[in-house]
Amino acid sequence: MNEALCPLTDGAAMSSSLLIALILLLSSLAYWLGCRRAVALAQRPSAARLHSRPGYYGVLAGVWCGLPALLIVAVWHLAADPLLTRMAMNGVAAAKGVVSPDQVDLLVNDMRNLVAGNVVMHEVDPLIQAAADQYIGLQRLSDLALATVALATALAGVSLFLGRIRPALRARNQVERIVKIVLTLCSTFAVFVTVGIVLSVLFESIRFFQQISPADFLFGLKWSPQMAIRADQAGSSGSFGAIPVLAGTFLISGIAMAIAVPLGLMSAIYLSEYASSRFRAVVKPLLEILAGVPTVVYGFFAALVVAPAIRNLGGLAGLPVASESALAAGLVMGIMIIPFVSSLSDDVINAVPQSLRDGSYGLGATKSETIKLVILPAALPGIVGSILLAVSRAIGETMIVVMAAGLAANLTFNPLQAVTTVTVQIVTLLVGDQEFDSPKTLAAFALGMLLFAVTLALNVAALYVVRKYREEYE
Amino acid sequence: MWCANTVKNMNRHTEDNSRFNEPDGMGATAKVQAGLAARYRKERRFRLFGLAAIAASLLFLVVLLGSIVAKGYTAFWQTQILLDIHFDPAVLDVNNLATANYAALVREATLRLFPQAASRQDQRALAKLVSTGVAYQVQEIVTSKPELIGSIIPIWVVADDEVDMFVKGYIPREVPENERRISDKQAAWIDQLAAAERLRQGFNATFFQAGDSREPELAGIRGAAMGSLFTLAVTLTLSFPIGVAAAVYLEEFAPKNRWTDLVEVNINNLAAIPSIVFGLLGLAVFLDFMHLPRSASLVGGLVLTLMTLPTVIIASRASLKSVPPSIREAALGIGASQVQTIVHHVLPLAMPGMMTGAIIGMARALGETAPLLMIGMVAFIVDIPHSFSDPATALPVQIYLWADSPERAFVERTSAAIMVLLLLLLAMNAAAVLLRNKFERRW
Repeated sequence: MNEALCPLTDGAAMSSSLLIALILLLSSLAYWLGCRRAVALAQRPSAARLHSRPGYYGVLAGVWCGLPALLIVAVWHLAADPLLTRMAMNGVAAAKGVVSPDQVDLLVNDMRNLVAGNVVMHEVDPLIQAAADQYIGLQRLSDLALATVALATALAGVSLFLGRIRPALRARNQVERIVKIVLTLCSTFAVFVTVGIVLSVLFESIRFFQQISPADFLFGLKWSPQMAIRADQAGSSGSFGAIPVLAGTFLISGIAMAIAVPLGLMSAIYLSEYASSRFRAVVKPLLEILAGVPTVVYGFFAALVVAPAIRNLGGLAGLPVASESALAAGLVMGIMIIPFVSSLSDDVINAVPQSLRDGSYGLGATKSETIKLVILPAALPGIVGSILLAVSRAIGETMIVVMAAGLAANLTFNPLQAVTTVTVQIVTLLVGDQEFDSPKTLAAFALGMLLFAVTLALNVAALYVVRKYREEYE
Repeated sequence: MWCANTVKNMNRHTEDNSRFNEPDGMGATAKVQAGLAARYRKERRFRLFGLAAIAASLLFLVVLLGSIVAKGYTAFWQTQILLDIHFDPAVLDVNNLATANYAALVREATLRLFPQAASRQDQRALAKLVSTGVAYQVQEIVTSKPELIGSIIPIWVVADDEVDMFVKGYIPREVPENERRISDKQAAWIDQLAAAERLRQGFNATFFQAGDSREPELAGIRGAAMGSLFTLAVTLTLSFPIGVAAAVYLEEFAPKNRWTDLVEVNINNLAAIPSIVFGLLGLAVFLDFMHLPRSASLVGGLVLTLMTLPTVIIASRASLKSVPPSIREAALGIGASQVQTIVHHVLPLAMPGMMTGAIIGMARALGETAPLLMIGMVAFIVDIPHSFSDPATALPVQIYLWADSPERAFVERTSAAIMVLLLLLLAMNAAAVLLRNKFERRW
């Protein structure tokens, strides 16, 4: 973590991981000292009994030693780099008389490259070189200061605590309180990640919508994100209408669902209602293999086996089939989703109580009539929920479409033509070198926000359907 | 709601039944009998549909795995050519081992096999039979044994990928000469080599020892495998402790309130969010905001941690739930604190289930590609990564990169890499199943 927070030289990374290792070593030493001190206290002839077992005093000593020091390291790393940069760049900015923050950023980048020892293309500006040298000097100083401060804190913490150990010290309760705080912090991660996703996608999207109006994005019929690099370039004006991309996404997801829902549902019905337990024990894990195959493998399969096969078939039938047809990607995606639909539906069908089946059989219904008229209606909310989850999975699926679907955003519903999807566009816009300010890059985040919103809505809808319409049997 | 409907239906049936006993007209039993054949036919058809659905799904599985194995199994062998390399003292001496023209030695050795190839064009075509990597192989041999200088040593060297493809039959001879990458002359040379027993299929060790390369015959999965290893190490060390801690809190301590509800909804939602969105998060937060190194397995591990945490938490919670409350009550009853109860009794009993969940989460992380593309782990990286901050790719990303390469030989290698990846996943899942079977306790 720490070596990463500081993106500069390897030396700095080395020294900070060394520092952390040293602190951890010190705190394990503190653990041992704490244990020993507690035992020594308890063994005094006049001493009262220890409140807690000696290990707790040890743990507490370790925490007193390590925690403040590690916190200092973390905060230092967050704060030091910008501060040092500003100190080093002060002279340069003043001398150059630059005002715009963009220019300063540029200069800072130059300096960073120098510091990191990267090859710089143009001639090195002596001012920047001086700043870089100053930065390296300052950084060395800062590392040294950090090491001193952190180690001093660790030593101070442990000596302070060792002095405070008394038999009556409620060490176990304190340790347990710390444990509980750590557990609580860990459990909040999910909220932080969600907030992080929303914020990161939202910020970039807002910057995107400052340049392109939301109406153009949501309702525009033309998607060609290639911006003209020079003003006189023709044909690449950069239009960001998301409709063709969305249409492609839904086309491919629709084909996938058309494959996955009947196959998955019928498999689930057969497995839970007809199959012998031995058949089930063999077939169910086999079906689940389909779910465990990485999507990149499906992508390879779609691009190399299915797409040519479909093109050849189309050729035989006299149909023009694009080499990256929506059908190939959708078909393979459908195969991928079969186990998803089948295992979720299987659970739901199994949850329908036996008494309903028995009642139906008692009235003389055949098995299939029971399934169609009793079990499926009873399991419907769960099945709808699982289908919604499967749709959200299909929409968010990336590798299959990246490898097997096209790049051109055709607004068509012909499955034999090439279409593109939201995820394909995100990948093509963001993979490779990119500048963070152009609408082209930011568009990927806007698409990402769209994707996040749609899948979130589908998940919530699935949950709602299941909760609202679920039958409670006893 | 449905229940009510069913009951209504049943009532109607009962009314029908009471009518069955009436003597007039066609008997109800006869009516049922008349429709029975059709109903049984329907039943059989429905059942057949179910079986067909399963058969189709399994067929897809067989075609998927079969086509990959059929395309890839040949990649584990590689065509090699026996060359008599003359470690010519005119080219080599002890002082210029690092800079000597080894390619010339190799070229000379091939020329010696076919002295009739006189024209420049022929010589160039001949040189193309062996891989460009052979020069480095020769250099290594000389550097380790300088005393060989002056002697002629027969060495099995790696053939060029086109030769390899030709020998393996992927480049058919029937195709007109100008449409294949191997000319008729080269084909004849290859046949002569085979007749002279100077051609063999050796185990393709390069595939397991080398990093990526533009030359298929020199490309291997070692770099990608190491990248995956580093990435998974980061993911495991972060997601397992945090996941278990979160699960313990939610299952054992959390009060039932709005905040806890929010946390739970969030965890379930994160499990269903497309992986590429996590990649966007990684790009915006880890790379753009925190300035972590691009393409590093550290960042990949962080992103995959966020992605696998929900899986780990959900599995750990299920595992904690399966520990019966009597264990907790017994421990609390003899005076253990809540934390002690959990650490000494509940966690050890729940550990196998948690580890199973972690392994399954790791397997999913190992197969994940899309978020890694977002954070730049898709670069062409020849060197094998040695630390968490070195630029790296991962196995599935390597598969993606190779799948995009035009060379015919990469198709074979892509399939082989997929086979390796699938075997790894199979092993991980088998480990999870074994763990579950060995330690699962029914209370």
